[in-house]
Amino acid sequence: MSKKILIADDEQNIVISIEFLLRREGFEVLVAGDGEEALARVRAEKPDLVLLDVMMPKMNGFDVCQALRADPELSATRILMLTAKGRDTEVSKGLGLGADGYMTKPFSTKELLAEVRKLLET
Amino acid sequence: MLEPPVVIAVALLYLGLLFAVAWWGDKRADQGRSIIASPTIYALSMAVYCTTWTFYGSVGRAAVSGIGFLPVYLGPTLVMALGWIVLLKMIRIVKANRITSIADFISSRYGKSHGLGGLVTIIAVVGIIPYISLQLKAVSNTVSLLLSYPEIVMPHRSATMSVGADISFYIALILAAFTIVFGTRHLDATERHEGMVAAIALESVVKLVAFMAVGVFVTYGIYNGFGDIFDHVEAHDELRRLLTAIPSGAGYTGWFSLIVLSGLAILFLPRQFQVAVVENVNEAHLKRAAWMFPLYLLLINVFVLPIAVGGQLHFAGQGVDADTFVLTLPMSQRQEGLTLLVFIGGLSSATGMVIVETIALSTMVCNDLVMPMLLRHKRAALAESKDLSGLLLGIRRGAIVVILLLGYLYFRLAGEAYALVAIGLISFSAVAQFAPALIGGMYWRGGTRGGALAGLSAGFAVWAYTLLLPSFAKSGWLPGDFLAQGFFGVDLLRPQQLFGLTGIDEISHCLFWSFLANIGAYVGVSLLRPPMVAEATQATLFVDALSDPGQGGAILWRGRAQVSDLQELVGRFLGPTRAQAAFAAFARRHGRDGNSTPEADAKLVQFAESLLAGAIGSASARVMVASVAKEEPLSIEEVMHILDEASQLRTYSRELERKSRELTAATLELQEANERLQELDRVKDDIMSSVTHELRTPLTSIRAFSELLRDDPKMHLADRERFLGLIVSEAERLTRLINQTLDLAKIESGRADWNGCELDLKEVVEQSIAATSQLVREKEAHVEVDLPDNLPLILADRDRLIQVMLNLLSNAVKFLTPGSGRIRVTLSRRDDGLEVSVADNGPGIRPEDQQLVFEKFRQVGDTMTAKPSGTGLGLPISRRIVEHFGGQLWVESVPGEGATFRFTLPFAPAQPPADASPAA
Repeated sequence: MSKKILIADDEQNIVISIEFLLRREGFEVLVAGDGEEALARVRAEKPDLVLLDVMMPKMNGFDVCQALRADPELSATRILMLTAKGRDTEVSKGLGLGADGYMTKPFSTKELLAEVRKLLET
Repeated sequence: MLEPPVVIAVALLYLGLLFAVAWWGDKRADQGRSIIASPTIYALSMAVYCTTWTFYGSVGRAAVSGIGFLPVYLGPTLVMALGWIVLLKMIRIVKANRITSIADFISSRYGKSHGLGGLVTIIAVVGIIPYISLQLKAVSNTVSLLLSYPEIVMPHRSATMSVGADISFYIALILAAFTIVFGTRHLDATERHEGMVAAIALESVVKLVAFMAVGVFVTYGIYNGFGDIFDHVEAHDELRRLLTAIPSGAGYTGWFSLIVLSGLAILFLPRQFQVAVVENVNEAHLKRAAWMFPLYLLLINVFVLPIAVGGQLHFAGQGVDADTFVLTLPMSQRQEGLTLLVFIGGLSSATGMVIVETIALSTMVCNDLVMPMLLRHKRAALAESKDLSGLLLGIRRGAIVVILLLGYLYFRLAGEAYALVAIGLISFSAVAQFAPALIGGMYWRGGTRGGALAGLSAGFAVWAYTLLLPSFAKSGWLPGDFLAQGFFGVDLLRPQQLFGLTGIDEISHCLFWSFLANIGAYVGVSLLRPPMVAEATQATLFVDALSDPGQGGAILWRGRAQVSDLQELVGRFLGPTRAQAAFAAFARRHGRDGNSTPEADAKLVQFAESLLAGAIGSASARVMVASVAKEEPLSIEEVMHILDEASQLRTYSRELERKSRELTAATLELQEANERLQELDRVKDDIMSSVTHELRTPLTSIRAFSELLRDDPKMHLADRERFLGLIVSEAERLTRLINQTLDLAKIESGRADWNGCELDLKEVVEQSIAATSQLVREKEAHVEVDLPDNLPLILADRDRLIQVMLNLLSNAVKFLTPGSGRIRVTLSRRDDGLEVSVADNGPGIRPEDQQLVFEKFRQVGDTMTAKPSGTGLGLPISRRIVEHFGGQLWVESVPGEGATFRFTLPFAPAQPPADASPAA
């Protein structure tokens, strides 16, 4: 059974590129355009992995991450934070809130795939 | 109720009450809970200035010369209101140097000179005696008036009446006894009498209440108010002349002299010096006294004219002395209670003056006259006595009795020839002689002991010759012909037309000649030689009193002394227990064990001297201390050196303080600058972070699509073309972002190029609408315009304005619902410029977001739709462009009904008509 991945980002073109990449690799892909939608879809569809942008409308990635980690039913869901703000403080903030990985935009598609696979295997 | 026993009983009861208040005040002071530590009490105690002269004499004066009673209250009012800084300086000097009297003050200033202190004391005693006799005269007159009640019989006294039959003699004795009990119960090192001040303040209230009660009674009881009284005056020729008389030339001179004399008296009368300077508890009290004391003077003068006029009308032709109107008016109306109140008020004004004046004078006589003589002639006897405080008290008590008896003597000799006010003015003229030496000493370093001695002697001699002797002559105790013909028949020496000076009153005459002699001698003799060591030292302490608050000055003493000797010496004058306590307190203050060092240092020697100065005056104290301390004389060079050092130290410390203030200020500025920098840094950081975020986002898409294309050569053609299109548009977005960021940075840093020229705004708007017509068509929107012709030109940069319009139009288009969108562009004229508005019927902007849209990188999208495209910099840039040309850009919006962006631009400045020649 193929793994289910949710892409949460408000940048249309980024979503298009990542969706194309992951589908080509055989994953099942879901999309959310803002933080609230992301939270709702995770709860509804229980994806194995969430690719979470930080700067999103309505609810930012940190808050979504915190909400997900507060829900014991979702403890198996992996979270990979993606952000265009690459400062150290933000990396550690994300990890502190319970994210499993962190990637800075722009990223290499190969590295993204490697990180996704690593998180889904463990 | 006016039977003699009742009157006497009430008077004695009142004196008893005063004594009780004084006793209570002293007790509280000993417990450290002062009852006089109030600016109101301080101001009231100053009102000891108002004696029977004021209480009875003002009315007498007003009956003769109309408003001529006023100048003696204008002088003090002016001094308190404008010259309080002089009083403040005197208070500082007195506190810093433990000065106890005006004689001590002058003697201390000119090198602690015995001779000078003695001279001042003699002048003060001789000068004040007429003033004391005035009080005796007033009190004895009122007593004899009361004794003949209900008849009103003017008191008559023949010079042959025996002393034993004269009530004023007994009054003098009672006052002396009372003063002794009051003021010399114990010896105080600081010569402060808190209980006395409390009693004096109470007396000031009593006399004011009594006088105003008579005033109200006469004005509203006998007559029907001020208007009624002055109607009577109108009908009465003599009174009308009195009240409407405008002072002639000589009258002005008289007024001027009285104002000067009374202004000096408020500072230099021994009793005023005592209450205002020596008894001052807190110099801050001066502030309230500066208006409250003049107010008191005003209140006590309000009813003077009505009473004077009322008396004149009421007693016309009955030979009633105007000086008694205050008492005789209520008597004539059988107002027994009021009469008694007036009597008590008059008694208050007399006792207050006599008590304070004689206490002050007795201190001076003891410290500056008798002690120095004893020190000179009976040194050995003094040295044997263990406790001299009893002797000191005895001297003071004796002095009080002698002074009051002298007052009585003057009253017997000269009292009948003068009205109350005239007697008082003789005293004022005497104490005015202190002014040159005292004021000069406070502000001029050059004054010397010789100068002060010469000035005081000369002024005093002229005063005695032109005022005192004539007062005896007029009373028949001296041959009267020297008044008319001058001494030895020399015409120029006529005492009241000295050197042919005529045409002014006797007081102005005396003031002129005595001040000429006094100031001339003081300045002239002072200039003969430079100040000596002691004079220079004291001059520094006095002249710099205000600029060096709390600084005792340099200690100019070198020598050897034993602590035990000093303590024993002080103990002999103050009593051993008090000396012990004072020395112990000094040791504690300076953190030493009182017994550890038998050798006294300069500080302790100075302390002992100042303790003694309180009891026996500064000059005597210096002599006494010298008797137990082996002083090694300092040469003038050494003293100047020490003084120099002290003043250099002061200069250094002032310099240091200034530097430290500057440093503090600089530190503050640096801190502020640093905070500003940090703030800027944070702003820059935020902007950098926003910019990088905005740059990374399109880069992310570009890189991802590029890698997808590279890694998958067999990708479908449709995907390939779509991805390539997205790469191009993201690259365009990146370019736009970079351009706008740079543009905004340029505008913000002020380096943007502006090509201002006069523009027709309508043309700019039309051009912009044309440029966006493609976008509008794509959204199938409709644009309405309302652009009137012939509007004035504005001054702006054409390309920049088009940039603003394009931004507003494309923003409007961006949020329109496809198919039903409408945009309305209008141009209108306002008072000071033109206004452009761009309105759309899109989703609108929530009120909380209406400011945010003008912030950098803040895109406020309707979250139901996709994130708006754009950089988030268009509106911030547009706003800055509009503001650069003096306009404003803002948004109005109701969510759901659309948004309207408006901006204004001012008219171009008026230009001269094209055909006019340019202005030069």
